[in-house]
Amino acid sequence: MSAPLYVARAPNVAARMIGGEMMIMSGRDSSLFSLNPTASAIWQAADGVTPLATLVQAHICSAYEVDPEVALRDAEEVVRSLASHGILRVSDSPIDP
Amino acid sequence: MSLPATHRADIVIGGVRVGVTTSSASFLGLLEERYAGFLAAPAPADYDFDVELATLAEGSADDDVRVYRHEGRWRIERGDFRADLDPVARHGRIRQSENPYSIDSVLRIVHTLALAREGGFLMHSASALVAGKAFLFAGVSGAGKTTISRLAPPHVTLLSDEVSYVRRAQGRYIAYGTPFAGELARSGENVSAPLGAVYLLEKGPENRISRVAPADAARAILANVLFFAEDEALVQAVFAAALDLVERVPVRRLAFAPDARVWDLVEREAGR
Repeated sequence: MSAPLYVARAPNVAARMIGGEMMIMSGRDSSLFSLNPTASAIWQAADGVTPLATLVQAHICSAYEVDPEVALRDAEEVVRSLASHGILRVSDSPIDP
Repeated sequence: MSLPATHRADIVIGGVRVGVTTSSASFLGLLEERYAGFLAAPAPADYDFDVELATLAEGSADDDVRVYRHEGRWRIERGDFRADLDPVARHGRIRQSENPYSIDSVLRIVHTLALAREGGFLMHSASALVAGKAFLFAGVSGAGKTTISRLAPPHVTLLSDEVSYVRRAQGRYIAYGTPFAGELARSGENVSAPLGAVYLLEKGPENRISRVAPADAARAILANVLFFAEDEALVQAVFAAALDLVERVPVRRLAFAPDARVWDLVEREAGR
């Protein structure tokens, strides 16, 4: 079993849900992102202190018929991608707000 | 020893007054010609600029513009000009050659900075006043901004064929005329009206208005907002303003064949 992963929204972004779609703009370089519903659920729940596996269980597995291991693997891919764009922080320890 | 004579033009766009001081009578004449219709009698300004005329050998107007903060001042730079602005004193300097294009760019950028803080923006769009409401026609180059402006019937008041000016006041949006002209090479009228709708222009086989999903509308608005500053807080403010506008003002797609009947359609919508 891998070490827990923690995720937190980056401080320098603006985000708003519009028409059921989460739109995020990086204040650093004005890049615009829109998230699908599952990525949006993780983004909204990313509080820096709840392990990603718990977030996936609470917000993805409870809403979609999906294998928990597959859901977590997909979620890890998503959060690392968002982190690479600087709009989410990922750490193997809790993240201070 | 006598001080050089100074000349001043007060240029008021969107209700924001910029005072421009120069020692050159010929440059003043150039400003008066360029901003005719947007000039006012001298009065305390929202922003003041001193213009120093010089030739900048190192670049051209085709270079990218940079807008960034340095030691508390805004720096606005392009190959053909250097400008800075103290945002507290609201006083700045512009160094450029004697031409109307450099200061035009500086003015656009200063207005984007001023508007961002209050929830407004400049948008790459034509705009017009119909039946007491303002309508924006947004699109990239080639989408038809100039064409639809050229097709406007005489009773339609053009606010701009290229850069529209949107301010937020008391929870609603107001569009203003601007002197920032595109291919039409004609200033807009110096009037304003509440914003009735934003149309996303595209050329098509027939004139047709269709709905746009809110997220797509937000993407289109953001793609057309003019904003240059490397400043996280202002970028976030512009993002919030664009999405707020989408929630408050109808955003529609307007496919139009290049004929004047498109204005009948816009006027019918304006009357609803």
